[in-house]
Amino acid sequence: MPEQTIVLHTMANGVTLIIEPMAAVQSAAVTLQLPAGVSHEAAGKNGTSALLGEMMLRGAGDLDSRGLSTALDNLGVHHSLSPGWFHLTLSAATVATRLPEALVLLTDIVRKPRFDADQFANCRIGREQILRSIEDEPKQKLMIELKRRCYAPPYNRPVEGSLKDLEGISLDDLSQHYQRCCVPQGAVIGIAGRVDPEQLIEQCEKLFGDWEGELPPPITELEPRDKSGHLDHESTQTHIGIAYPTVPVRHPDYYRAWAAVSILSGGMSSRLFTKVREERGLCYAIGASLNSLRDRARVLCYAGTTNERAQETLDVTLQELANYGDDVTESELSRCKARAKSSLIMQGESAMSRSGSLVRDWFHLGRITTLDEIRDRVDNLTVEEVREFAVNNTAQQFQVLTIGPEPLSCQGQVDLGALE
Amino acid sequence: MKFEKVVLDNGLTIVGEINPNVHSVAFGFFVRTGARDETTGVSGVSHFLEHMVFKGTETRTAADVNRLFDEVGAKYNASTSEEITLYYAAILPEYFAETFALLADIMYPSLRDDDFNIEKNVILEEIGMYDDMPAFSAYEKLMESHFRGHPLSQSILGSVESIQALTADQMRQYHREHYLAGNITLAVAGNIEWSEVLDLANQHCQHWPAGQTERDITEATPTGGTIVIPKSGTVQEHVAQMSPAPPSASPLRFAAEILSVIVGDDSNSRLYWELIEPGDAEAAELGYNDYDGSGAFMTFLSCRPEDTARLLAKIGELYDDINQNGVTEAELEQAKNKVASRIVLRSERPMGRLSALGSNWVYRKQYRSVEDDLNTLHQLTTDDIAEMLKQYPLGQQSTVAIGPLESL
Repeated sequence: MPEQTIVLHTMANGVTLIIEPMAAVQSAAVTLQLPAGVSHEAAGKNGTSALLGEMMLRGAGDLDSRGLSTALDNLGVHHSLSPGWFHLTLSAATVATRLPEALVLLTDIVRKPRFDADQFANCRIGREQILRSIEDEPKQKLMIELKRRCYAPPYNRPVEGSLKDLEGISLDDLSQHYQRCCVPQGAVIGIAGRVDPEQLIEQCEKLFGDWEGELPPPITELEPRDKSGHLDHESTQTHIGIAYPTVPVRHPDYYRAWAAVSILSGGMSSRLFTKVREERGLCYAIGASLNSLRDRARVLCYAGTTNERAQETLDVTLQELANYGDDVTESELSRCKARAKSSLIMQGESAMSRSGSLVRDWFHLGRITTLDEIRDRVDNLTVEEVREFAVNNTAQQFQVLTIGPEPLSCQGQVDLGALE
Repeated sequence: MKFEKVVLDNGLTIVGEINPNVHSVAFGFFVRTGARDETTGVSGVSHFLEHMVFKGTETRTAADVNRLFDEVGAKYNASTSEEITLYYAAILPEYFAETFALLADIMYPSLRDDDFNIEKNVILEEIGMYDDMPAFSAYEKLMESHFRGHPLSQSILGSVESIQALTADQMRQYHREHYLAGNITLAVAGNIEWSEVLDLANQHCQHWPAGQTERDITEATPTGGTIVIPKSGTVQEHVAQMSPAPPSASPLRFAAEILSVIVGDDSNSRLYWELIEPGDAEAAELGYNDYDGSGAFMTFLSCRPEDTARLLAKIGELYDDINQNGVTEAELEQAKNKVASRIVLRSERPMGRLSALGSNWVYRKQYRSVEDDLNTLHQLTTDDIAEMLKQYPLGQQSTVAIGPLESL
């Protein structure tokens, strides 16, 4: 593994700064997380977080929308501000020599958004267009609706927002969400690339040191929720989504859970790809991934298949999931380890993926895992552990959701026992 | 970084950009064949064949192939375009030899009937998947209509009918005729010894059949037209438009590329400020597609159906203005800064360099380092753009719209 140094600095106001210098790259990447994601939105105002992200890029400090875009482009800063279930995340990358100037702009985006009223009207119409476009993409819609059904509110809110709430969100709502959630406590800045940590700490202290604000109040979990299992759509394919519980990143069994999903769906020799696509030709796209929130997680599976073969695809996929566990082989686990090793090393080549990992680790674990540590954890996994985990955590109930012209026979909450 | 190049006796060209400062190595076989090289009876065969390559050889089953790639943790895949079928892998240097042996071996697959019949279903599913993506469907239809009468009009995926009718024998024949060493470029980027690349290529590729196919690269002369495809159940109108642009070997391509950033990048471009910022459209972009002998500017718009005509007219006015008055110095400077940073960021990983290395060779028989690209970019002037626009003005010659509308 490439040598790693990680520097952690906590400011007096609560901002956490994590820096990873990388000698072999020319770039620098910044990931800045604010606790302003959709779970923190006021009830009935889903979309506030997405709108806030857009508004923050439409003018900050002395610069109006166009001035800000131009300044960022002139520094070669590639950037995005995306809402998540817990955070609003500003990601940016540029050549490392430009980082100090870029940081000044990024700070203004976070600390001095202008919130011009006419910009807000445009933003909301633009957001409506984005949400309408999702209606035309059944796969994307399926995954949003599957999450809505497998997590309890407010953790199940679409990060993109909802058409039904959009109209009711005002600039005031946005401003309140900003005041409440865009605060130094809970803000995490991860920076990776060709950088000097000492200089960066000094600069960030100047930029963020006098920022004030308290952590937003904890999220209150609400009662679920829509359990329906089919959405009508005049599509060529039936899009199938399946969700079942697993453990989140912070759980001691996380690496076992990760390996279990990776054997199911990582690489082209994985179970689902082999059984559903390669051996039966039932679909082109099939996969499963581990979706981890802070204290809960789900495995989310997707398969897209033409309508006449959709039932068979769903049946075969559920059978594979149901029978999975004590048959995990040594060679499956060793392939899983090999893929992990190369992913980790390639991650070490990219400032962008490193800065993202720094803040993700901090959120999930409250510390940074080095690439070496991850590799050790993965290398030490045994087949017995993965089998045991898979067997003990085989879900009895799956959440099945389909989008297509006709519902399938298994949908909604499907009991595994009843299938066998 | 060091550039290396060699041609084997059978005509296989090998280009390498060796960089000891990275931790991985990426390599790919760029086969100069794609949808445009297909005869009408075998529409979709290039792409279907790309899938079949992974089904193995006399000594390896499909499951073996998948397993072996995963055993070394390779990031591997393949893609088919109108002009190139690419097979690639990124791996750690210690696994280069075995991954190379595997990928080189499967380039000449068995194409067994039973594998062919199962995979045919997967291809049909892929066609179905894209059918549920209106933006992609609009692109496919636009290629077909804009380039009508020209080989570039030929579909990459083929149709449900053409795929159903395709036989394994037809595919074997296509493979025999097109997978000739003279049609293939091996590109290697990253941390590897050049001598190791040569040894492996000599060992695994030297017996490949020599030869090369010809491709008619006469520039397309599109006549334009509008096609509206009503699709029930859709909410937004998805519109794609094309007009001619410089071909891939043209020196005007750099101006065309930077112009597409100034006019139609997804942020801070003319289209962005005119259509996206006010909330009029969900997407409004201009891209530059270069092909062998031809090129196209492609506009993409996604908006409310009732706004479509008005917004297309607005785009037309914007293009007229650009054609007449060009772009400003400030716009150009800003786009240069943006693109320069993109080039540097993309080049940090071997996978990021592989596609540039391979395409530059396949299309132009040229090596261009990151510095070459940055220098060319730096030297571009507004006059270069004006010069390019004289020959290839921005336009809306061919249109395909998919969505609720019956007509535009």
